[in-house]
Amino acid sequence: MTTQVGHSTLDALAPKMTRICGSDGVLSDPAQLATYECDGLTSHRCSPGLVVLPTTAEQVAAVVRVCAREKIPFVARGSGTGLSGGALPRADGVLIVTSRMRRIIEIDQRSRRAVVEPGVTNIAVSKAAQPLGLFYAPDPSSQIVCSVGGNVAENSGGAHCLKHGFTVHHVTGLEVVTPDGELTWLGDGTGAAPGYDLVGAFTGSEGTLGIVTKIVVKLTRIPESVTTLLAAFRNMGAGGAAVSAIIGSGILPAAIEMMDALAIEAAEAAVACRYPEGAGAVLIVELDGPAGDVTAETAAVRALCEREGAYEIREASDAAERAAIWTGRKSAFAAVGRISPAYIVQDGVVPRTALAEVLDRIAELSAATGVRVANVFHAGDGNLHPLVLFDDHVPGAEEAAEKVSGAILDECISHGGSITGEHGVGTDKSMYMPKMFQPGDLDTMQLLRCAFDPAGLCNPGKIFPTPRLCGEVPGVRRAAHPLVASGQLDQY
Amino acid sequence: MSAPSVLGPLAEACSQVREAGADDAVAGVMPQYVASPADVAEASAVMRAAAAAGLAVIPRGTGSTLGWGSPPARCDLVIDMSRMNQVLEHASGDLVAQVQAGARLDELAEVLAAAGQRLALDPPRAGTVGGVLASAAAGPLRLRYGTGRDLLIGVTVIRADGTVARSGGKVVKNVAGYDLGKLFAGSQGTLGLIAEATFRLHPAPGAASYLTLDCPDGAAADAALVTAVDSPLAPSAAEIDREARGAPFRVGILLEGDPDGLAERSARMSDLLGGTGSGAVVVSATPPPWWGLGPAAAADGTVIRIAFWAGELASVLGCIDAAGRAAGLDPLVGGSAAAGVICAAVGEGAAPAAVAEFVTALRGAPALRGAAALRGAVGSAQPSRGSVVVLHAPADVRGLVDLWGPVPSLGLMRAVKDQFDPDHRMAPGRFAGGI
Repeated sequence: MTTQVGHSTLDALAPKMTRICGSDGVLSDPAQLATYECDGLTSHRCSPGLVVLPTTAEQVAAVVRVCAREKIPFVARGSGTGLSGGALPRADGVLIVTSRMRRIIEIDQRSRRAVVEPGVTNIAVSKAAQPLGLFYAPDPSSQIVCSVGGNVAENSGGAHCLKHGFTVHHVTGLEVVTPDGELTWLGDGTGAAPGYDLVGAFTGSEGTLGIVTKIVVKLTRIPESVTTLLAAFRNMGAGGAAVSAIIGSGILPAAIEMMDALAIEAAEAAVACRYPEGAGAVLIVELDGPAGDVTAETAAVRALCEREGAYEIREASDAAERAAIWTGRKSAFAAVGRISPAYIVQDGVVPRTALAEVLDRIAELSAATGVRVANVFHAGDGNLHPLVLFDDHVPGAEEAAEKVSGAILDECISHGGSITGEHGVGTDKSMYMPKMFQPGDLDTMQLLRCAFDPAGLCNPGKIFPTPRLCGEVPGVRRAAHPLVASGQLDQY
Repeated sequence: MSAPSVLGPLAEACSQVREAGADDAVAGVMPQYVASPADVAEASAVMRAAAAAGLAVIPRGTGSTLGWGSPPARCDLVIDMSRMNQVLEHASGDLVAQVQAGARLDELAEVLAAAGQRLALDPPRAGTVGGVLASAAAGPLRLRYGTGRDLLIGVTVIRADGTVARSGGKVVKNVAGYDLGKLFAGSQGTLGLIAEATFRLHPAPGAASYLTLDCPDGAAADAALVTAVDSPLAPSAAEIDREARGAPFRVGILLEGDPDGLAERSARMSDLLGGTGSGAVVVSATPPPWWGLGPAAAADGTVIRIAFWAGELASVLGCIDAAGRAAGLDPLVGGSAAAGVICAAVGEGAAPAAVAEFVTALRGAPALRGAAALRGAVGSAQPSRGSVVVLHAPADVRGLVDLWGPVPSLGLMRAVKDQFDPDHRMAPGRFAGGI
């Protein structure tokens, strides 16, 4: 990223920002700036020109007003766990980090609403609501660390979103700082506010339309009963057939996850999850709801799995066993780091009915190119996470892996799916947007951006392709994200 | 613009164009022409021709709510979507359906039911997919499933200048790009034409159980609803209905699911509701006669929609009664109380000044304002926590009442409108803030 605005301008900014955020709320030392150079997409790095850490919405607004006046681009960052480089900073810009805004302002049990600041972690909302018999339903894998503000930016999902929905289904009001530095509310927390649904348009806009400073979330009643099943199949075809059978029977599980043999092998090596021997595919099915219904659905799911050839089925009888079943699945991303020096995490979606065909296609690609692919996915909604493995010490291996990764996305598009189910477009996939959408589509989407950010200062260069590309190769990993390696969060 | 010079280009663009008749008036304003495009290409061409001629355009489905709200400032061309009524694709294995916007909701329901599925949307009036989306119409199922905007996973819209734009797609999980569907939902035709919509579906429940009881007052109704919604029994809907101030508040809870499990849940719910002290609980497989009617009863009168944080229900009901008494009105009250959306309706004969007084009093209700905690904690723009919108009113009432009331972030909405429809030709003057 070339620096259009000289350091002298950013140096002049620092005192202004210090007056707003205090001296401990502004970072300008290069070593400190470097710690914010990337989010969860570690292949893309760029030290920000300046970092500010506001503690109030008013401070965020004041910071943005300065940026707007001085025509300085700015990028917002929550916990920095995003996987598409949405919080990749600008060297000529300000990185506005919301992690110090972590108050849960209010929980209204009767209305099933909570008002939280953007730096609150996803899990903290559920923890605070739990004594009231409520939880916050969208549960991305990084929920122990990721921020609700970041969830709003990405419209985060999680393993349970098939039944319980994504962030956009659970956000009913947003206080935002607009790109010209005004504080305003979108919606009013009811979910039925008059006028345009700007809350719906803003959620998932990846930080390009403004910065969220308060979020009104819906809270959901904790289900009476939960069961978790692990079913082992000899091959992926059988596992996929079981998924189709379950959905086709009219059951809507809270989650259906699937892993292939390579992913299972990696997980076993990493966490000794002891999934059934010889499994070509495992299915994890979770059912929740009123007790009687869950009992009946569990029996039905077992029967369907057996009918499709499951040779072993385990059912968790308590929370510990439930966690044990999930361990292998949750470890999969980090685990492949043990069986391969480097890997690309892909995130694509295909219609569930196309899953078998696309998985076959991935297997063909893998066989033809010699590039191994471990498959982990949210089978219930067709959201794939192919893990494309390669050895980055071998010349040409990275490019070959890139090609396979891109070809998988092409398959997703050609089967009527999407280039991203939950990680976002960010920096990582903006080049694929013209493959998925027509010029008229992208042009129309950008009208929204023009309405909110005519000056083009708010997280510019994200989502929509720009003439200038970054030098780094998208999506390449050498090792797990430091937070994953340290065990602070799961990425799966 | 003289008639022949406009008709020519319109007829070139669209295979069915005619001069408007008396039945085509939009809230009393007569258009010149009605165009009925057959597909997206024709609809796009019509919009382009309309743009070239500077025509004000209003989309129409069945027209069931077209007469509601403010009359348009201008209305030259009605785009009638009735020929675009096809279910384009029902991918039952994926629980997804792609539909043209002119398809009727009830006809779609039949197609989906044949495969044991449904679109979990039950608005009171028969309407088209596009109309239901554009008017944000919803019914009792909104408690569990949200509204059209929550079920929408893809949309094709046509801008005022004729540009066709798609967002979302055919898969439930999709975060690529901005969600134009959310933006267009509830936009009442002011941003462009909704041409196609793709929805996520649900399995159709095997059975339904309606539990009803009569509650003596608002507090008791609130208690019954809280009992139902706080229970682990996952109700699909929780509604109230009261005909007049002396009458009881009728409460209705809907449970759905597999027949065996449902019997047990029904029994449990009946016990819980019975314990609220409001009298006998009636359990039935069919809905009570007042279920899901919405404000249809006062179709020619004034219908006011009140949205609030669900915990404020008792306070809101109290305010409706106090405001009604003060204004000399006795409104019908009903709706999705547990979801925080109800309507109050008065007949056509109500004195306009009284209605205006009633609306003003409702808008002042403390229950609809920002909470003290929020006021104290923030110091920034203080949000409202509810709204009072007059959905429909006779002309003499409309003259005295601000139909929309205060709207959050109206400036941003104007900016969005200016981008999508710079010439302000899409349903001008019908929306919040005179948009």
